[in-house]
Amino acid sequence: MNSNESDRRRFLKEGAVALAGGVALGATPGHAQEGRGEKKLANVDDPKYAGAVPVSADWEAYGVPSRFAGSKRTAWRLLPLGVPAQLHQVTLYTPLQNQAGIITPSGLHYTVNHSGTAYPDIDPQKHRLLIHGMVERPLIFTMEDIKRLPSVSRIHFLECNANTRPTGFGRGKENWQTPQQTHGWASCSEWTGVRLSDLLRQVGVKKGASWVISEGADQVRFTDSIPLSKAMYDTLVVYAQNGEPIRREQGFPLRLFTPGFAGVHNVKYLRRIEVVDQPQLSHFEIPMHAERRPAPGRPGGWITHRFQIGPKSVILRPSGGQQLPGVGYFEITGLAWSGAGAVRKVEVSTDNGRTWQVAQLQQPVLNKAFTRFSVNWNWDGEEAVLLSRCTDDLGQIQPSLAQYAEAMLGPSARANPGVYPVDPKGGFFSMCNAIQPWKVTRDGSVINAMFF
Amino acid sequence: MRCSSSLALLMAVVLAACETAGAQAPDYKNVGRTPTREEIQALDLTVLADGTGLPSGSGTPKQGAAIFAQKCFYCHGPTGEEGPGPRLSRDANSVPVATTIFDFIRRAMPMDREGSLSADEVYSLVAWIFYRNHIIQEDDVMDAKSLPKVQMPNRNGFFPAVNTGWDPKGTRPNGIYH
Repeated sequence: MNSNESDRRRFLKEGAVALAGGVALGATPGHAQEGRGEKKLANVDDPKYAGAVPVSADWEAYGVPSRFAGSKRTAWRLLPLGVPAQLHQVTLYTPLQNQAGIITPSGLHYTVNHSGTAYPDIDPQKHRLLIHGMVERPLIFTMEDIKRLPSVSRIHFLECNANTRPTGFGRGKENWQTPQQTHGWASCSEWTGVRLSDLLRQVGVKKGASWVISEGADQVRFTDSIPLSKAMYDTLVVYAQNGEPIRREQGFPLRLFTPGFAGVHNVKYLRRIEVVDQPQLSHFEIPMHAERRPAPGRPGGWITHRFQIGPKSVILRPSGGQQLPGVGYFEITGLAWSGAGAVRKVEVSTDNGRTWQVAQLQQPVLNKAFTRFSVNWNWDGEEAVLLSRCTDDLGQIQPSLAQYAEAMLGPSARANPGVYPVDPKGGFFSMCNAIQPWKVTRDGSVINAMFF
Repeated sequence: MRCSSSLALLMAVVLAACETAGAQAPDYKNVGRTPTREEIQALDLTVLADGTGLPSGSGTPKQGAAIFAQKCFYCHGPTGEEGPGPRLSRDANSVPVATTIFDFIRRAMPMDREGSLSADEVYSLVAWIFYRNHIIQEDDVMDAKSLPKVQMPNRNGFFPAVNTGWDPKGTRPNGIYH
């Protein structure tokens, strides 16, 4: 206080030049004199002011969590660090069990990188978006152009089709415990950008068009196809996430966003959109995101173009890897979502599905977004298996593992209860939205009761 | 109807639900500009199943073998089977149309020098892979005309999960359960 007043008096007497040594009026006590090279206040190094002294100018410019907070993504790499960066295929898992509310902090948002290489570092000034194909007037946009257009912001989840699948990307028995490991390829943010329908109306879509190809500026020029009806309905071209430009690992400076559709369709580093009358059938679509599911009437058959995420939920506290301190009250809390729309209801069971109760939903419940649910629970110390089951506003109900296996494999799946379904050649199915069971043991430790 | 075995189903499947550009398109004046033909050509990598977009060029299995031995062996192994990269003769039944392989190699391979292969080299490598998978003969030439005519062995084995006439505003879920 006093140093500020004396600064102000000096300013009035001597003018701003006297303070041109870089001192800001109203600086914290420890700093008042530093820029002018005069002696520091004696208390600058006093430990009781440790909290008032910033760690660094970078930290002041863009904050970081407390060193006591410690929530981190975990990485899986195709090849170890040290191998040339171009050969990396990296994915980052979100620590969902640490998340509060429904918004995943941008720095903790999951990502799956199909580019096979290190994340592109694109200069937005050089980046362009081309829209062409079956259109009246093809157009090419700079980032400035796109940001001039009317923007919308939507809160939506994003989830990879291969989330909650216990195989691939380093997963196995030994790392299938926490929600980060089982469900960590799902996150939810506020996304801001331009409606793709606005862009398509600008170029004028020609009659007969029915699909839209999107392509990224990453090293492999990742590409995908979505129906034109989805493109016109609610698809966005986004440049911001949670109030700031999307992160480099989320596709900076631009990505496609297809609410409720699997992550693969949300092409990152978006550089080109082509309107066509057929799906492209790129390798990224088939077989990379298709499934071998033979059945009577489709021998050797592959199911392709599964787009929409089904109703899903997971309890995050208590969850695998956690330890309850003892008997007593706990709030069972978790997240639910559906690619079809809003969550209508979440039910929770603490007795492995014998009885269910309807959970409270945190308002507002948003369309195609994480929804936080909770129930009160008094743990009596006995073994308990906790389940959550989501119903969405189309009336779809989250399946049990047995029901999911049957949907993938047909009635023969009943022969192998509790086993993750695989295709005839041992390949895995995607979009697993099976109910997630957590077992609370008598000593309070919580373990994953799915599959293993 | 979903047991129809043709991918052509996909092409018609969403027409019913599509909007075409309306007369009330807002006019965002001076936002974006018309791209030059060169700009479009430089960016347009799309290759469709009927061969639209394939560049000029050609190659044979023998030429492909030579290129493979130089540029591909270090990930796929000397014969394409030893890894650590994916085996190239493991599953021709997983590929719907011949152009898929051309498109992927051109845009994404080799993994550390993507986009460095010429059109001739890509045609040659595609020819070599097809020959190794017993899809074409040793003296067949792959080019923009012959490649789209190559019939993949499982071409009738792909079934789209997209519901016929799926309307995003409707009440039918899109392609989750069968």
